Amino acid sequence: MFVAWRDLRFAKGRFALMGAVVVLITLLVGLLSGLTAGLARENISAITGLPADRLAFAAPPDGQSVSFTNSRVPERAWDTWARQPGVTRAEPIGIRTLNAAAGDRTAGVSAFGVEPDAGIAPGHVAPGRAVLSEKAAKELAVEPGGALRVGTLELRVEAVAGEDSFSHTPVVWVSLDDWQRIGHRGTSADEQATVIALTTQGADISAGDEAAGTETRTVDGALTAIGSYQAENGSLQLMRGFLFVISALVIGAFFTVWTIQRSADIAVLKALGAATPYLLRDALGQAVLMLAVGTGAGTGLAVVIGAFIRGGDVPFVLDAPTVLVPALVMIALGALGAALSIRRITAVDPLTALGSAR
Amino acid sequence: MTLLLDAVTLTYPDGDSRLTALDDVSLEVPAGTMTAIVGPSGSGKSSLLAVAATLVTPDRGRVVVDGTPTRELSPAQKSALRRVRVGIVFQQPNLLPALTSTEQLQVMAHLDGRKPRQVRARARELLHAVGLDDKVDRRPHQLSGGQRQRVNIARALMNEPAVLLVDEPTSALDHERGAAILDLLVRLTRERGTATVLVTHDRAHLAEADQVRAMADGRLDTQAPA
Ligand SMILES: Nc1ncnc2c1ncn2[C@@H]1O[C@H](COP(=O)(O)OP(=O)(O)OP(=O)(O)O)[C@@H](O)[C@H]1O
Ligand SMILES: [Mg+2]
Repeated sequence: MFVAWRDLRFAKGRFALMGAVVVLITLLVGLLSGLTAGLARENISAITGLPADRLAFAAPPDGQSVSFTNSRVPERAWDTWARQPGVTRAEPIGIRTLNAAAGDRTAGVSAFGVEPDAGIAPGHVAPGRAVLSEKAAKELAVEPGGALRVGTLELRVEAVAGEDSFSHTPVVWVSLDDWQRIGHRGTSADEQATVIALTTQGADISAGDEAAGTETRTVDGALTAIGSYQAENGSLQLMRGFLFVISALVIGAFFTVWTIQRSADIAVLKALGAATPYLLRDALGQAVLMLAVGTGAGTGLAVVIGAFIRGGDVPFVLDAPTVLVPALVMIALGALGAALSIRRITAVDPLTALGSAR
Repeated sequence: MTLLLDAVTLTYPDGDSRLTALDDVSLEVPAGTMTAIVGPSGSGKSSLLAVAATLVTPDRGRVVVDGTPTRELSPAQKSALRRVRVGIVFQQPNLLPALTSTEQLQVMAHLDGRKPRQVRARARELLHAVGLDDKVDRRPHQLSGGQRQRVNIARALMNEPAVLLVDEPTSALDHERGAAILDLLVRLTRERGTATVLVTHDRAHLAEADQVRAMADGRLDTQAPA
């Protein structure tokens, strides 16, 4: 990097400008990543946190795909699943998003109905007793021992625990029996639930589906059954993807112009005996250095800003994967863009350094 | 013989046919001597230097640089040969804009995989030899044309080349500075024992040369030493 390093310092203005673009794009990507992860967590954490590897939904009518809103599985289904070989657990879970109230406070919550002895809720649920996630308790301003109403149901707060959230609403864990009553406004209390959380070990899933009349997805595959999740996550990921592509193209364009500007110097170096790999290494090192500094600064800024907005109501996840993965992708794609532009060094003819043409 | 061209013919593509830039050219340059090449524009002088520098491969003929026949060399081997055996003094100084005079010389060692710091003293010594003691930390835009040309010459000598190829070094300079550059080249040729080929337009340079050859239409004629 003898020449490249000195070029970098000599043309600091140009590299600073390009570095600033890298910083800003990285900042944007970093914030978007934190926000995407934060929104996703609000949308799916109660599902991904279930002690299960698969979820069985009621088989949808032809042409429709499974959804948490439309699924309704009868007791027969989870009994059937529990008897399938290779299925170690089959727990019914009722899920319903509705209004909760305590005193003069109201909030949208997701009521998750589970069997009291299933150990799925982060506390002990029982008929008439609910476990609230922290956010639900905060929004309703209730503490353990307090009273709340979920739909038509009068409940007492047994415990406040966990951060589970589903479809952007905090989770209230209730007993399945209670859940079945709110599900039907107290009129009928069929033994039913929304999905069956399965823990399997080499089970024949399609045979189980056949027997139980269900359609089973992996937990990750089930996330698309949350109506808003796919659209929301998809568009955020698309934006992030575009930013990556844009930065690679911008960096590629910069280094294309830069390499063309330098081609006379490159011809001289080649005529003096510089091997092409030496020149490529030099130029790529320069690009990676600029990228690393720019991305580092952008990521640092994103962390600082993220720490601020996380304090407020904005869902924002600030952890190593959300911060570092986009930074590494930026560097990798930027280096790729630079490498493609720098490649033209190979084609520079040292003969042009000779004559008086330049 | 330090530089040997034997029956070298070089053609360039020229539309449908080919243009003969060098036509059966033979030349021998012993170490420590200077050969001057004169001739009108377009006669093939720069092409001759390009062939000697292994920047182009001739259609026919043999080029031997410091005992190494060049025809069978790979591109990487040719680069290495240029790095260590050949010094080129370009017509335009062709200095790298971001580097100081010292660094212009140090880079030659770096190209060859050596630490620039280790050759700093040698770079300073060469800059002293070309009379630039007080310009060692200047960048090209802070130097005059003649000073740049001196750096250009010092750079060519940095890796102790056996062959020194010089293409019209004084064309950008006034007469007085041109004469000083020529004196410098003659002195360095004698001191450092290079086989020097000097392409020039300036008749005044010829008196100093050990042999003078004239080019016309790609052919090299013998001329008596002036
Ligand atoms: N890369 C090239 N491609 C095609 N033709 C070339 C190329 N380089 C030189 N020529 C042609 O070869 C001939 C010899 O060119 P060369 O540069 O060797 O002349 P020269 O004697 O150095 O001229 P000058 O004194 O003007 O520098 C010219 O006719 C020129 O047009
Ligand atoms: Mg020429």
